[in-house]
Amino acid sequence: MKIVVIGAGPAGLAAARAALDANQRVVLLDAADDLGGQYWRHLPSSRPSSNEAVLHHQWTNFVELRARLEDDPLCEVVTSAHVWAIDRAGIHVLVGPPDGPDRERRTYPTDAVVVATGAHDRVLPVPGWELPGVYSAGGAQALAKGDRVAVGERVLVAGSGPFLLPVALSLANSTSTVVGVVEASRARRVASSWAARPWELVGARTKVAEAGSYAREFARHRIPYVMGRAVTAIHGAECVESVTIAAVDSSWAPIVGTEYSLAVDAVCLGHGFTPRLELAIALGCQLNDRRFVAIDEGQRTSVVGVYAAGEITGVGGADLALVEGTIAGHLAAGGRLDDEVLGQARRHRATWRRFAARLDVAHAIGERWSQWLTPETTICRCEDVTYQQLRTVARVTDSSGLRSLKLTSRAGLGICQGRTCGRTIESLLGAWSNEGGLIDGVTTDRRPIAVPVRLGELRVDSRDAATD
Amino acid sequence: MVVVGAGIIGAACARALSKKGFSVTIVERGASVGGTSASGEGNLLVSDKAPGAELTMAQYASRLWPDLVAELANELGRDFPSLEFEPKGGLVVTLADGDARALESFAAHQREYGVRAEPLGAAEARLLEPDLNPRISSAVFYPDDAQVQPVIAAEAFLASARALGTRVVLGASVIGALAGDQGELAGVRTTKGDFPCDHVVVAAGPWSGEVARVLGGSLPVAPRKGFILVTSRMTQRVHHKVYDADYVGAVESDDRGLQTSTVVESTASGTVLIGSSRERVGFDASLDVAVVSELATKATRLFPFLSEASLMRVYCGFRPFVPDHVPVIGEDPTCPGLWYATGHEGAGIGLAPSTAEILAATLSGEEPAIDADPYSPARPSLASFLTNEPTE
Repeated sequence: MKIVVIGAGPAGLAAARAALDANQRVVLLDAADDLGGQYWRHLPSSRPSSNEAVLHHQWTNFVELRARLEDDPLCEVVTSAHVWAIDRAGIHVLVGPPDGPDRERRTYPTDAVVVATGAHDRVLPVPGWELPGVYSAGGAQALAKGDRVAVGERVLVAGSGPFLLPVALSLANSTSTVVGVVEASRARRVASSWAARPWELVGARTKVAEAGSYAREFARHRIPYVMGRAVTAIHGAECVESVTIAAVDSSWAPIVGTEYSLAVDAVCLGHGFTPRLELAIALGCQLNDRRFVAIDEGQRTSVVGVYAAGEITGVGGADLALVEGTIAGHLAAGGRLDDEVLGQARRHRATWRRFAARLDVAHAIGERWSQWLTPETTICRCEDVTYQQLRTVARVTDSSGLRSLKLTSRAGLGICQGRTCGRTIESLLGAWSNEGGLIDGVTTDRRPIAVPVRLGELRVDSRDAATD
Repeated sequence: MVVVGAGIIGAACARALSKKGFSVTIVERGASVGGTSASGEGNLLVSDKAPGAELTMAQYASRLWPDLVAELANELGRDFPSLEFEPKGGLVVTLADGDARALESFAAHQREYGVRAEPLGAAEARLLEPDLNPRISSAVFYPDDAQVQPVIAAEAFLASARALGTRVVLGASVIGALAGDQGELAGVRTTKGDFPCDHVVVAAGPWSGEVARVLGGSLPVAPRKGFILVTSRMTQRVHHKVYDADYVGAVESDDRGLQTSTVVESTASGTVLIGSSRERVGFDASLDVAVVSELATKATRLFPFLSEASLMRVYCGFRPFVPDHVPVIGEDPTCPGLWYATGHEGAGIGLAPSTAEILAATLSGEEPAIDADPYSPARPSLASFLTNEPTE
């Protein structure tokens, strides 16, 4: 047996290690050109930095994990591996740089798979968010951590959730000045779900130490942190020049009269995370009612032989992903859930899940956030569909089917395949439906073509190496 | 009057019936335009049809479309999205190893029946489509082939029908027939209640066979699965609907196995659509990379530049297949009051207007613009397929 692990972030790395520990062969696939996922994104190994340990939590843990996998002859690590489709024939992968001339076509079997595809950060539309200088929080952090590129000189970080804190610090550690972190959730809500001090929400492993370090770092960089406020508009002629910040109520509706302006040249927005579900869906895995991959105590999905770990089972951060990956990898390798080796992982998983549940409540997207949109606000950036256009199509067709509404409005049909706007158009269109919501059972999570591929790469006479 | 199905056929029929003064209710088990109508290219074709009943209907439809598009735009106002009607014409080609003579004689036969089918030399074809593979052995241009955005067209028929008084009930699955005093069909029972009526029109595409069975009728409709590839947006380099001549054979085939034939066209939004595949595998919507790869291979053969184009999406849909390849429009001879408007396979978008006109005229006892007999469910060529058992 060979276990295919898709995704080399914390969950996938831990799954691969656990399977190797059980003496099984592993293929670890990741689209990036190095291991670590979004969480441990770093400079390419061709130009290493001595500074990674400062920029990354648990860097030592990562270095050990990576070495363990790379040194093990039972483990085949395939980076630049783009899983573009899954069907009965297997997992279809193109290996090589996306724009390279001759990527290799490979197919892997689906009988033992750990899906650890993670999440991407969600960004709610804001008037002006299409201006140059607006980044997703994750994108800005990736530039800072992976490429050491600063996104601006005076940067505002805004949105919701504890992820904004490490993003702000990554930026502050580059050449940017972080002029503030604006959290939409109100202090009382966060306090009642967890605690008043936001840094206590980050990094569950050694909470006290990490909380202290965030507090110290924020103080050292003099980064102001405000809650119950949101960026409700972004302004600029050619690029970002300023933002409007307003107080919001507990449903994130802006409170009239509280607006003020702040001069910045970059804005990083993050409103939580959207799980990357397309490959799990392509494998046939059922989702739960919270729209994550449904799993049991053994991280087993609804499909025999397919396991899921990390953010696709519920957004919970790297610590939860690591222990979920360990359990998934161990079981995929034929181990049992009550094996002693999983004792600690199972206890930790319970802890981090409780922790994640609190975060979920504290930072859930407010149901009236869309009140900060204007008719001209772009909703789908790829296809340039505005709020008003979307609203008009919904009104004139009176449709309650997402498939029809997407094809009549073009929202969500662009090159990002709805990754950015998908959940947003679903929530807007669902609210406008006269049927009480969208009723066709279609979601923007399904993408049979998981990443775009060149037609020439699919030619049946092109390089096609079957691997198993 | 109850119409079952809110795809393009159901919507067009409801609109035509409302115009005749009938009181119409559409019942649809899901949302509007979510099945076959939302999974195709929007073909309004005469080129792929051999002389016969289907071609006659296509020629009738092609006369109706231009006025219809203007009429709908006028009725629905400026806020309604454009139907993207493009009378761009179709170019059918054979490549060097293809059967040029077959295409030429097919086109000659069509011309006898009034189809505009203009033979072109390779150089002329390349003048129409400069990026076409230069190894063309023959080409025929069909000026009357056109295209609409099928989902917008279907929603437009539906919006127009609503404005004419049609009631649309969504999320209502048909679960049985209502019987009258003499046991005759007197309405439909759905998951959202009973809808008494004098006539039921089944326009449920490939699901029509099952609906017919539930209502006591018999209709040999089976799903024929197809994939369409959608590229990312690009500068327009395909100007007509362009087909490899092997298209014709595939449409007419009864083979259950996979067939692919190349159809390439640009859309108003800048994507390129690549079809088409056909296979009889029931309602199995799963992706098949082998089929996708075959379509990609053939498309890049027709237009080599497409090798560098990005495949972004794949649509999978089910066409309503009937064994004699002719749409079924008319009353079930064994079940008075039960009418059908389905069986168009891949041509339902284009044939929607003529289907609606034939149905509405026949139902109101008027003489349709073209003879309706060839489309009747009672026609001899269907007789051997009629049973009351589930088809697939």
